[in-house]
Amino acid sequence: MTQTIGAAHPEPPTVDQLENLTFRQRRFTKSKQSQRIAAAWLVTPAAALLLVFIIIPIVLTFVLAFTNAKLISPTGPQFVGFDNFARLFNDPLFWKSLRNTLLFALFVVPIQAGFALVLALLINVKIRGVNFFRTLYFLPVVTSMVVVSLLWKLLYQPNGLINNFLAVFGIDGPDWLGNPNTALIAILVMSVWQGVGFHMVIWLSGLQTISQDMYEAGAIDGAGNWQRFRYITWPALRQTRTFILITITIQAFALFTQIQVMTEGGPLDSTSTIVYQAVRIGFDLQQTGYASALSLVFFILVLAVSLVQRFLTRDKDVKK
Amino acid sequence: MPDNSELEEPPVVSRTLKRLAAASVAAALAFSLAACGKGGGSSNDAQTDASGTTTLKMWTHNAGNDEELAAINQVVSDYNGSQAKYKVEVQAFPQDSYNTSVTAAAASKSLPCILDVDGPNVPNWAWAGYLAPLDGLDDQVAKFLPSTVGTYNGKNYAVGYYDVALVIQARKSALEENEIRIPTIDQPWTKDEFAAALTAIKASGKFENTLDLQTGSTGEWWPYAYSPMLQSFGGDLINRDGFKSADGVLNGPEAVEWANWFRSLTVDGYMPLKSGADPAQDFLNGKTAILYNGSWGAEPARSSAIADDIAFLPAVNLGAGAKIGGGSWQWAVSSGCSSTEGALDYMKFALQDKYVAAVSEATGTIPATDAAAALVPGYEPGGVNDIFRQYSKAFALIRPPTPGYPFIATTFTKAAQDILNGADPQQALDQAVSDIDANQQSNNNFQ
Repeated sequence: MTQTIGAAHPEPPTVDQLENLTFRQRRFTKSKQSQRIAAAWLVTPAAALLLVFIIIPIVLTFVLAFTNAKLISPTGPQFVGFDNFARLFNDPLFWKSLRNTLLFALFVVPIQAGFALVLALLINVKIRGVNFFRTLYFLPVVTSMVVVSLLWKLLYQPNGLINNFLAVFGIDGPDWLGNPNTALIAILVMSVWQGVGFHMVIWLSGLQTISQDMYEAGAIDGAGNWQRFRYITWPALRQTRTFILITITIQAFALFTQIQVMTEGGPLDSTSTIVYQAVRIGFDLQQTGYASALSLVFFILVLAVSLVQRFLTRDKDVKK
Repeated sequence: MPDNSELEEPPVVSRTLKRLAAASVAAALAFSLAACGKGGGSSNDAQTDASGTTTLKMWTHNAGNDEELAAINQVVSDYNGSQAKYKVEVQAFPQDSYNTSVTAAAASKSLPCILDVDGPNVPNWAWAGYLAPLDGLDDQVAKFLPSTVGTYNGKNYAVGYYDVALVIQARKSALEENEIRIPTIDQPWTKDEFAAALTAIKASGKFENTLDLQTGSTGEWWPYAYSPMLQSFGGDLINRDGFKSADGVLNGPEAVEWANWFRSLTVDGYMPLKSGADPAQDFLNGKTAILYNGSWGAEPARSSAIADDIAFLPAVNLGAGAKIGGGSWQWAVSSGCSSTEGALDYMKFALQDKYVAAVSEATGTIPATDAAAALVPGYEPGGVNDIFRQYSKAFALIRPPTPGYPFIATTFTKAAQDILNGADPQQALDQAVSDIDANQQSNNNFQ
């Protein structure tokens, strides 16, 4: 064997040859060259965008968090050490916002994931008209959150549709968004309604990867509906579950649009969230440095929660 | 054995990779520098072409307001036609993103030569070095209503074509039936008279809402509409002597009295905690007896079915005299403009009475000069709209002209919303004062 690997029309190297090459050499055989160049070109636009819109802003946030930068100011930012963080942890509004954000996430994750799964199970059947329902459930997802928020703001009015509906049953509905006790719940319900369709589709894709053979095997063994779900569907959805859990959690932590449109954090801070405060402090109060510190804390919080979730839902079979 | 040298990383790949990496880093840097660096060059705002005509960029917030934009475009095209030395080029932004655009442009030193600015922001932008003083226009500016001129440190930085006035829109029939005195500009309602009027109208049971202060509105409406009430009680947003502290004015006994009164309006059932989606329409539909509104509501009110039954009354004197907000959008010249003479030349031209009249007529607002008022139908002395101009002259108090205003406005809005929702007034106001004072101090009181 004297042929050179990587000639114009190379024959594949033999197993012997390959075993003689280092890993690095194997990666750079000429047949891969053009692929690598193409890959580089393909990656570049995305990498540049990530750099400009994600990485640089994150690095800037890390730096600005330790300065007294202002949005509008004739003087440049000065380093102030941990002042912003000291101020943050002494700010009652920060703790209220943190509490609201955590509460929202705590409830929205199981409720939204649960409803989405129920919907997915319901429409994962072969009957006429199922596409109609799929579209129907998905409709809120493709509607802008701002539009949805504006509509629900009207629904939640003291004399709005929801209270008029309740009045039919003799229930005197509260001023949903104007009452500190109900405002966060009202926003939670609306958010679930808007987001549930998206996660329904994800669940559905998970459901459709489950082989029918397993259900047939289950049927032969005499499994009932609940047993089929408990011992076939649920274990088979593990990967989907992890994905859904993490995406809903991150989405819940980033709660902002609904708050901005519907309540502006009120009444009495009952719907103020971390991201809403970051935007308010950064733009309305023009305190870029302080807002960066808040964003940094938020970043660490989301990172920590995601890591914990990832650990709890890790693939325990890998080590086998 | 194969020839291993052929298997090394081919140079062409690494070169391509390096070039791409370098290019993307360069692109990213250029991008971020443009956004936050010190560009220094001002080729963007004024350019002179071969024939010696300098093009001046001009930004305005009224992309969503066709009438006003058309009037401004007319001024610009008249100016461009009147001489050949300068050519003004208008770029219109939607109002919602306008301030952000200006802030971003200022950070990258690419502000246009001429721009408009919301009155209360003038000191903030002047302090930040965005704006240049309007040198040489003092005589002309002196003819404008004081509330339409933006000043900072004793210099004029901006001047507007118009102002708006806050009025009390009331159903005449409701007042007459309940034998309530119709207030005048010389004798507005007192606090007690106002309270008696509310009680009587509520007792009549004819209206769903006795009063509507438009509490559903957001943003600048809160400080614009409700800080005059605070001032009418004798309080203020900040001590205007030196603008160093809000202590004693925003949390003093007068301010607490205001807060309790404000809250009582909803607790006692005179007004909804949060107004409906369209309070002006609610009023015209007969749901509301008394509506707190801007003079911009006059036009729709006069063309409605109940036009004859509407009175435009002065603000209530809550103790320290009736007060209304002042200051609307104004025009300014940016400090980075490479042709300040050109920009000032345009301003001189644009501030002529006929243009003041044209723009205020197009927008249905109060013309800023007496001569212009005579040209706009309804604003001539004795005209139907003249009363708004008189209110403006008699009651208007501009929002505190300190660079800290945006912070004060946001803080006040939150305090007022919390108070309306039942927060302890003294506590909410004390918190606002300590936030405002901390911000003023952290900026060395904007000295």
